[in-house]
Amino acid sequence: MKKKRNYMHKSNWWKYLLAVVIVIFHVLPLYVLVVMAFKTKTDMSSLLTIPNYFYPDNFIKIFKKGEILNAFKNTAIVTVCVLFLEIVAGGLASYPLARNKSKWNQFISSVFMGIMMIPSLSILVGVYSLLVSIHGISTLWGLILVSVAFGLPMTIYLYTNFINAIPESLDEASAIDGCNVFQSFFKIILPQLKPVTVTVLILNGVGIWNEYAYGLYILQKPKTYTLTLMISQYFSTGGKDFNGAAAAACIAIMPIVIAYICLQKYFIQGTIDSAVKG
Amino acid sequence: MKKRKRMLNLFYIPALILILFFVVYPLLEAFRISFTQWNGYSQDYKYIGFSNYAKLFKDENFRTAFINTIIYGFGSTLLQNVFGLAYAVFLNSRFRGHSVVRTFIYLPAMISGLIMGYIIYFFVMYNHGVFNEIIGWFGAAPVDWMADGPRGVIIMTLINSWQFVGICMVIYLAGLQNVPQMYLEAAEIDGANSWQRFRHITFPLLLPSIASAVVLNLIGGLKLYDVIVALSGGGPGFTTHSLASYISNQYFKAQNAGYSAAVGIFTFFFIMIVANIFTRYFNKKEVEM
Repeated sequence: MKKKRNYMHKSNWWKYLLAVVIVIFHVLPLYVLVVMAFKTKTDMSSLLTIPNYFYPDNFIKIFKKGEILNAFKNTAIVTVCVLFLEIVAGGLASYPLARNKSKWNQFISSVFMGIMMIPSLSILVGVYSLLVSIHGISTLWGLILVSVAFGLPMTIYLYTNFINAIPESLDEASAIDGCNVFQSFFKIILPQLKPVTVTVLILNGVGIWNEYAYGLYILQKPKTYTLTLMISQYFSTGGKDFNGAAAAACIAIMPIVIAYICLQKYFIQGTIDSAVKG
Repeated sequence: MKKRKRMLNLFYIPALILILFFVVYPLLEAFRISFTQWNGYSQDYKYIGFSNYAKLFKDENFRTAFINTIIYGFGSTLLQNVFGLAYAVFLNSRFRGHSVVRTFIYLPAMISGLIMGYIIYFFVMYNHGVFNEIIGWFGAAPVDWMADGPRGVIIMTLINSWQFVGICMVIYLAGLQNVPQMYLEAAEIDGANSWQRFRHITFPLLLPSIASAVVLNLIGGLKLYDVIVALSGGGPGFTTHSLASYISNQYFKAQNAGYSAAVGIFTFFFIMIVANIFTRYFNKKEVEM
């Protein structure tokens, strides 16, 4: 055994070399973004070289302008509300779908799963004209409700898989003890849902934070812009101030990058849970 | 107990209402609008039967968007699975610091496709772009990367694959860890080389992971939208549109809501059918194994 380990150690150098190449390949764009954000507009040096001066003005300018704080607030409101509604409606819906597998419920289940595959933009015309008729354009709640509806199937899928794995005898025992369905759910099932709720929070949270396709059409007034819309404004109409735009993009992605670095174990487990049947 | 089960069904009413109202109803509404001629906001519209659908066959821009969508979808799926599996096998060989590498490969998937598109603009731009700088080191003349439609499609397929390969890798890593070590050891004792061990033991056991990774990537790639908006806006001309971006282009730019709805309904059925074919295929394969 000892001999084998020694042997492996020697032949490992190419792995480290390959590892370094792969890491550079995957972080290079973010590196360029950060470098851009710290350069002056007139700096014509290569995008790959770090500036030899310290220039935080791009960031200062953006915060002085203040719009980004409003966009942050909007994104935070949308993300929190969508996650809250998805967890409540999705968690509740999964209980009967996991426990009562009648023909009717299996039909409902397959409708939900089908929606998971639909590209949300394919029914853009329908969604948009619905929102116009209920005055949901340029409101955060319009975007929130649409996002919840499209995110629910994934949420329900995750919760249903998870509840399936909880022994049904627990519910039955509680029923014999006199619990009604509501009590069974809130006392027996709900306390066990913590791990899958973390997964739902992470997966859907990333999706909502990065949402753009519907936000672009629903949120038309600048004061309702979310971060992605704000960034797209910077890039498309910023008078070609790419350094300022890069700084804004840095600010927008910061929260999610930090969350990912700190909680990566959960991010990765969440991805696996969502993809591989439980 | 029966009454209990009926009570239980009350639980899915909130979700059902939300989905009926914001997905099912808009779907039916889009279906209805697809039979009309309508600019998207005015009061007057008229039913024109299947004209919008007939137009699909004649519209060259639609055909381009359809072909592009297939390239975006299947191209990214192929690349992500090949590289995702290669990365997973590499990281599974457990050298020191392999988890750091995993962290960085997965990182771009956390960032909005839109913002990633803008970041990549710094690479493909003509003046001072990173790509032109790199090819300049080798004495090549600068290239206007996004000026050519087909090349733009390939570049955006590569970007999408690069950005989300981490998801695939993570799925395969989980799959590889489920391959029992003793099978591999037994085969090694029997004299199987490492390729044979991979081909005949690891690969068949990975099939469930392959199934989910392929379907997930297909659905993701066929929906591609953000990167296109950020990087090419569908241009030059209409050469790099995907179906998703063409839908919004026809609705909001061309103000042709009826036609846009028809493209949407087509996209809806197209993706449903592709996803179903692949899901069925893999289910059958798994049963055979």
